[in-house]
Amino acid sequence: MAHPQLTSTDFEPLLTNKAELEKISGKSTSYWKDAWRRFRKNKLALAGIFVILLLGIMAFNGAKMSGHNFKDNDLMATNQTMSKDHWFGTDTLGRDIFARTWEGAKISLFIGLMAAFLDLIIGVIWGAVAGYFGGKVDEYLMRIADILYGLPYLLVVILLMVLMGQGIWTMIIAMVITGWINMARIVRGQVMQLRSEEYVLASRSLGASNSRLLFKHLIPNTLGPILVTLTLTVPNAIFTEAFLSFLGLGVPMPHASWGVMTSDAIGAFQYYPYQLFFPAFFICLTMLAFNVIGDGMRDALDPKGRK
Amino acid sequence: MGKYILKRIGYILLSLYLIITATFVLMRLAPGSPFASERRIPPALEQQMNEAYGLNDPIHKQYIEYVVNAFTFDFGPSFKFVGQEVTDIIFRSFPYSLVLGLEAMFIALGIGVLLGVIAAIRHNKFSDYIAMVIAVLGISVPSFIMASILQYVFAIKLEMFSVARMESFADTILPAVALATTPLAFIARLMRSSMLDVLNSDYIKTAKSKGMSQRVVTYKHGLRNAMLPVISYMGPLIASILTGSFIIETIFGIPGLGSEFVTSITNRDYTVIMGTTVFFGILLLFSVLIVDLIYGLIDPRIKLTAKGGEK
Amino acid sequence: MKKILSVKNLSVSFDTYKAEVKAVRDVSFDLHEEETLAIVGESGSGKSVTAQSLMRLIPMPPGKFVGGSILFNGEDITQKSEKQMESIRGKEIGMIFQDPMTSLNPTMTIGKQIAEGLIKHHSMAKKEAYNRGVELLKLVGIPTPEKRINQYPHEFSGGMRQRAMIAIALACNPKILIADEPTTALDVTIQAQILDLMKELQKETGTAIILITHDLGVVANAAHRVAVMYGGKIVETGTVDEIFYNPRHPYTWGLLGSMPRLDNHDEELKAIPGSPPDLADPPKGCPFAARCPYAMKACGSHMPEYYELSSTQKTACWLLDERAPKVEPPEFANVGGSKVNG
Repeated sequence: MAHPQLTSTDFEPLLTNKAELEKISGKSTSYWKDAWRRFRKNKLALAGIFVILLLGIMAFNGAKMSGHNFKDNDLMATNQTMSKDHWFGTDTLGRDIFARTWEGAKISLFIGLMAAFLDLIIGVIWGAVAGYFGGKVDEYLMRIADILYGLPYLLVVILLMVLMGQGIWTMIIAMVITGWINMARIVRGQVMQLRSEEYVLASRSLGASNSRLLFKHLIPNTLGPILVTLTLTVPNAIFTEAFLSFLGLGVPMPHASWGVMTSDAIGAFQYYPYQLFFPAFFICLTMLAFNVIGDGMRDALDPKGRK
Repeated sequence: MGKYILKRIGYILLSLYLIITATFVLMRLAPGSPFASERRIPPALEQQMNEAYGLNDPIHKQYIEYVVNAFTFDFGPSFKFVGQEVTDIIFRSFPYSLVLGLEAMFIALGIGVLLGVIAAIRHNKFSDYIAMVIAVLGISVPSFIMASILQYVFAIKLEMFSVARMESFADTILPAVALATTPLAFIARLMRSSMLDVLNSDYIKTAKSKGMSQRVVTYKHGLRNAMLPVISYMGPLIASILTGSFIIETIFGIPGLGSEFVTSITNRDYTVIMGTTVFFGILLLFSVLIVDLIYGLIDPRIKLTAKGGEK
Repeated sequence: MKKILSVKNLSVSFDTYKAEVKAVRDVSFDLHEEETLAIVGESGSGKSVTAQSLMRLIPMPPGKFVGGSILFNGEDITQKSEKQMESIRGKEIGMIFQDPMTSLNPTMTIGKQIAEGLIKHHSMAKKEAYNRGVELLKLVGIPTPEKRINQYPHEFSGGMRQRAMIAIALACNPKILIADEPTTALDVTIQAQILDLMKELQKETGTAIILITHDLGVVANAAHRVAVMYGGKIVETGTVDEIFYNPRHPYTWGLLGSMPRLDNHDEELKAIPGSPPDLADPPKGCPFAARCPYAMKACGSHMPEYYELSSTQKTACWLLDERAPKVEPPEFANVGGSKVNG
């Protein structure tokens, strides 16, 4: 049965290093490193981040570039189309649409980010406390959340705006009053699940205090779903701003938000469609960018759900 | 089952009571008297009108009367349109909204599910990408912008539909499509991911190992299970279509409940605001109950009992 | 006994975004009527892919047949159309999966899931199929089958579900039953019951069984013949007695050494050091060489050929070459007391 190609030297022992055997083939990478690697591969999500950064820069510098102020009206130059002087044209009151667009970017991004931030603070604390303590605390906290959750979000926001009057901060507060619930529910679910896992038990048996457990173990581990929810809250808030402005409940007069601009333009859009185009385009672009970033993050952070 | 429904209705009544109270408090606290904007009204007459509308009664008396009336579905007369009962306004305008809403739901569910299923079956192929591009765009384009685009393209440029009229069925198509866009996109994404999950599940392999054809496996075993998340999305779907109708009806000039609500807000027509809000609340809460009942029928794992029935 | 399935040089690969993973490489084995063949190996050895290939249940793409054939009734399964496969699956070959909690459709009654196959393959009427379903449930030991048949999977316990799964797989009297880790997800006491049930049903129906497992205890209990897989290849095959009492491959020794035994209390279990090879880039020689304490130079460069030790036992190991040093199998693996003297 001798193999023809082999010589007797081939049957000398192959010396292998025992320690080598225990080395795991293939590098093991940490969860966040791995997630970042996956996220970086997602060209669409990277483009989304680029768009947001660009919008952010333009929000602070765009108005200066045009040489026009967003609130100055020039009744001699109303409803002008795109020109050298007015890059995006002017609106019915002769205001420069280019300058207004970037002022709108500032307001929309501010409202979106601030609403998401406040949602985060309230939602995480509420959800983490409910999920961590469980029992009666959980029941009461989540019952309150359930009742608020049952109410249609926009209806509540509209009623609150009617009550509180127009303004950027009243709008943010109106959004946050019901907006945090989603975050709270997600955090609670995650915490409930993690609470029973072993490393929490382990650190508990080592005498870690409740607040230490909450902030050192549970919240870092629930960060993934929180980040995703956060990213998807921003476009929702931007949409709500536009929606309210459209109903005439948005930011008050001298301010120019994209919603206000859309609302102003829609009356005459049969004649001056470009006036509607710019704010509408930027609303969609921003929402699109945040949506693809959110999707990218979800795919990156949850390898199981990756399709 | 009966017990479960009773318990749920109990919760609904509690929620309604909260909504009613909230609207009352909000409207009483709101700045600006309803008649303040009408400068022609002399103070004496305003006083007289406040009297007539019960605005001078002590607040607790107004409250009790309001709650009782609300539960008998009587919101009194409109502040703005003299001689019109709020209830009349609601029942006059609701049919328009109902038709529009059902049409939009039909479009969102039908096309959304179809897109999601196609995307899942043709996973990572061209039609998957197309479906998901449509879905991401649908989520990113707010309904009122969609409405303007549709009006511009189909009504103004192509003159296929009328711009803002509500006479025939054709007039409802554009607004229904605009209203359906966002939920359609959500449903397509939801359906795709749940269908992919289901198609990768073990029981699909079991069905295949029994010699079932690809069609039976995909539709009989896959679709029914994959539909479950979509059915639980029906509650938010109805809410989304309901709030979407505020703007869409205004843009398209449809005399529905949504545009009445918006008008009442601009007019600070308190009784109409309160009446429509309560009506929306009822509509939504009962829709969610019906959705949960349907879910219980489709998913045998859910037992609708008074104790553990709530999700 | 008649040969009913013959796998020859089967190779199956998966295209991943990184590389082509060669999950099954050049695997050959036969299956005879009324016998149970166990395919043993650790996870990633290619045993499940082999089993699912027999029914063409591998999603293609990313999976693909690279070479070889699967002859069933004289016809090559790898060449059949999807439509032709439908009349083989369930009718000629049945399959049981690992996790009974997830392998039954949660929104369909057990009865419907049994009847489906009968209606399709035996053209039974609905009523007839249900009656047969009740019989089958009784056969697999489910009490009050008339009531159970209208219930949903969530109303069954884990062991009950696996019994129902067996009823589904056997509904159309298939000639071959493939059981892919049928007891892994079950409690130990239930495991024994399920294995006994399979043995009993085999006696009654004469079905040939391919049992995929990583558990040598299950093999000893249920199989007639064993194929040991490692790194996508069959490294040793033989009767149960040969594999347990005269194993010749160092990997088989390792497997036996890592199995807990009742007659040997004081010795600790011997784990096999190292981890299985990366099948995206499989080693040129013997897949086990990197972990084998007896590896020789030839092992790293040449895949050993099969040495026929008896009419039933074949082992792919260079140690069996006459020029190789004589190696004593380690004490723990040397169950039968025989010595290696190749």
